[in-house]
Amino acid sequence: MIEGAIWRRWVFFRLPMAIFLIFLLFPFYWMIITTFRPDGELYIPWYRANYKPFWTWNPTTAHLKYLFGETTFAIWMWNTTFIAVVATAISLFCGVLAGYALSRLNFRGAALLGTTIFVTYLVPQTLLFIPLSEIIRAYSLGDTPWSLILSYPTFLIPFCTWLMMGYFKSVPKELEECARIDGATRWQAMLYIIIPVAVPGILSAMIFAFTLSWNEFIYALVFLSSPEQKTVPVGVISELVRGDVFFWGPLMAGALFGSIPVAIAYSFFVEQYVSGVTGSVKG
Amino acid sequence: MSNVTIRHVHKHYADFHAVKGISLEIKDKEFVVLVGPSGCGKTTTLRMVAGLETITEGDIMIGNKIVNELPPMDRDIAMVFQNYALYPHMTIYDNMAFGLKMRKFDKAEIAKRVNNAADILDIKEHLSRKPRMLSGGQRQRVALGRAIVRNPKVFLFDEPLSNLDAKLRVQMRVELKKLHQRLATTSIYVTHDQVEAMTLGDRVVVMKDGLIQQVGEPLELYNNPANKYVAGFIGSPAMNFAETVIEQVGNAVYATNPTMKIRVPEQIAARMGPHKGKPATLGIRPEDLHMATGADPEELSFDAVVEVAEQLGSEIILDLKAGGGAMVASVEPTVKVKPQQKIRLGINPRGLRFFDAATEAAI
Repeated sequence: MIEGAIWRRWVFFRLPMAIFLIFLLFPFYWMIITTFRPDGELYIPWYRANYKPFWTWNPTTAHLKYLFGETTFAIWMWNTTFIAVVATAISLFCGVLAGYALSRLNFRGAALLGTTIFVTYLVPQTLLFIPLSEIIRAYSLGDTPWSLILSYPTFLIPFCTWLMMGYFKSVPKELEECARIDGATRWQAMLYIIIPVAVPGILSAMIFAFTLSWNEFIYALVFLSSPEQKTVPVGVISELVRGDVFFWGPLMAGALFGSIPVAIAYSFFVEQYVSGVTGSVKG
Repeated sequence: MSNVTIRHVHKHYADFHAVKGISLEIKDKEFVVLVGPSGCGKTTTLRMVAGLETITEGDIMIGNKIVNELPPMDRDIAMVFQNYALYPHMTIYDNMAFGLKMRKFDKAEIAKRVNNAADILDIKEHLSRKPRMLSGGQRQRVALGRAIVRNPKVFLFDEPLSNLDAKLRVQMRVELKKLHQRLATTSIYVTHDQVEAMTLGDRVVVMKDGLIQQVGEPLELYNNPANKYVAGFIGSPAMNFAETVIEQVGNAVYATNPTMKIRVPEQIAARMGPHKGKPATLGIRPEDLHMATGADPEELSFDAVVEVAEQLGSEIILDLKAGGGAMVASVEPTVKVKPQQKIRLGINPRGLRFFDAATEAAI
């Protein structure tokens, strides 16, 4: 907090904060207002006298009806949820175990392996989708949710592993040693002591992984083709932009509903998430 | 029987020889303190007994059974760590019960033992709290409680008092001593603090550079240090040293340097044969020095210049320039001296020690 006179607090804290907030929240506001604005107002040129971009007096649910009635948006939502949850679960399971092993089992080459795993995370998806699509075709997984459930972990596992490695390193090793002297096996020590202590780290890895797979675009665009298999980001773009015609109302409604689950996930775990990214454990 | 035997134990890390072949016999019910500067191998030794480090060479036996390959859980030991290592997500009760749960004790027995330990350690009202709600001293008690509920063969302590403030440390030291008198469990205690070592240990093991320097009862170490290192390490303020040369003058043997000429007491002089004409280190504890009076013979006193006088109430600690270096003397509180004052200090001849200048072994 800024100390001193009131004007200092306004100039150096509240005003910049307000500008920052407006900058961050405006797209969401635009999304909401566009969702409920009738087409007549949406496509009005800016030089008309009655052009009012930031508010509408004639809210309509027509775009929502279109989105849920005329497109398979509900199915896209279900696809996205299913794929994101399963891919996150797989990646978390592998990432927690790998992160533990790399940070705690002093085997030869652990540090090198850790770095290598992180480097694989840096390989851009725009390069990886080409060889991956070959593999997807070879195993006849194209146009099924499994093409994404199995390809998302290629970037989620390195990410979770790296994040968990850092978190496990912040857990004092005496906790585990004490548990092992107390009569726990290595597995029990991990299960009863280390993992419960690492919950904030695991939660932040989970939120990150979930968000990354929820928003993923390229793999979903390449590996899925039929409308009823698509995820929200791809479905909205491919079904609501036809040629050069943008169906702005349903498009924004889709974006709005697509971002709600992520927002809920964040708000539920925000505290653990913050301490997971910034904090460490004291014994 | 829960004696612990350490036999010719070595520990090599990749390029570091941490423990260089130590042997130690710890008797049943004995409280043994390993003391030494950081990096001397004391903690490594303790961790090898605990099973947290592998043994490169040699044997460790607990109760006459070789435990080299046994995992920590099967050694029937309990360990108290410097940072307490309490499980932060569990209540105090669960922290103390964890070891018993792991060993499949029934619930009633667990409750009985935890409550009993909480009584002994006076932490009963905290049992339902989480560790982070407790003060440092209370956490240390919980860590002790977690060790005693298991009723193990051996307690291992790894600098358990180092994280506490000075006052609490003294208090917990007394409680640890009481606890050991009450439970009479074989204990190995690691510390770098020689006061803790002297007050707690039935026997004290002084270590340096991966080797045992001397093993003995506290007073034995204080009175008969085996070498210059032990002499300087045990005792506070530390023993004074002065470099001298041993000379025979008539019937008497003297230790001399440009500023001192001290007569070596008869019983030590008898052992000086091979050292005559050679350099030796003279050692004298601050408490064996006093302001010289007419009664002090010339040959058992020397000149010094006062640099600082620290009034402690019960005594005055004088920091001095003497014997070709710095010295410390502990004198009566009635003594009046000023900085830069020249004084003459008398030596209590029974306090004189001599060490070979090359090997540093006591003469």
